[in-house]
Amino acid sequence: MRVNGVEIQLENTMSLSKFLLEQGYDLKRVAIERNGAIVPKGMISQILLSPEDTLEVVSFVGGG
Amino acid sequence: MVGERYVPTKKELEEALIKRHSLSVQEKIAKGRVAIAGLGGLGSNIAMMLARLGVGELFLVDFDQVDLSNLNRQCYGVRHLGVKKTEALQAQIKEVNPYVQIKTKTIRVTEENAVELFLEYPIVCEAFDQAENKAMLVNTILQHCPNIKIVSGSGMGGYGSSNEIGTKKVMNNFYICGDLVSGIEKNYGLMAPRVQLCASHQANMILRLLLGIEEE
Repeated sequence: MRVNGVEIQLENTMSLSKFLLEQGYDLKRVAIERNGAIVPKGMISQILLSPEDTLEVVSFVGGG
Repeated sequence: MVGERYVPTKKELEEALIKRHSLSVQEKIAKGRVAIAGLGGLGSNIAMMLARLGVGELFLVDFDQVDLSNLNRQCYGVRHLGVKKTEALQAQIKEVNPYVQIKTKTIRVTEENAVELFLEYPIVCEAFDQAENKAMLVNTILQHCPNIKIVSGSGMGGYGSSNEIGTKKVMNNFYICGDLVSGIEKNYGLMAPRVQLCASHQANMILRLLLGIEEE
């Protein structure tokens, strides 16, 4: 699986939300693109990741 | 001729902009319609830059009023304290370019009203303060409005190197400016230079989009 341009080995079948939490992301602060399409917020826990997936994960920080 | 009461005509101002920017560029800028969500350190400075460019229409959205703590980085003065940011900014834009069409809405942007608010604008500038609100707006627009391009700011706190602040096209229709890491969560203060650097990156990306350039 490719995440933000880096190859990552998926050890188990896992949901997108579990993967992001394990990677330390705060789910309220991210925007995710999976295989070229934005992931709707409600789908994060339903999507099961596959080794062919390409993810772009943007994590926002505060300030403006 | 140039005195206290002198106000240039629309034609005079357009000609001055064409002289600086060239006709072919200015024609595109003048057709531009941009919505700015959040009128703090990013949004107020971005709006002023877009007004100076002569962008045709600006839609300014913020729920808040100007506070003393804003003056260190936001485009407001002492005379604006307690005034709604939408009104204070509109007044300042009129001083720079009286012919920019300005629409304002003094409202808090939510997941529920974001689509209705911004649907008509081809470019939306995300200029909120809180990370959750940034994510909410970007997700809502990207999910529901496939024709809108969104230019967001993330990571401009503190006084780290200017050179870490950049512009990145991270997804289709989604550009992000900033250093992506220097957030208020890490107790970085927000200070004028880096906030305005980030605002300039956003304003320049919006300009590029208006000119048909989609690369970061």
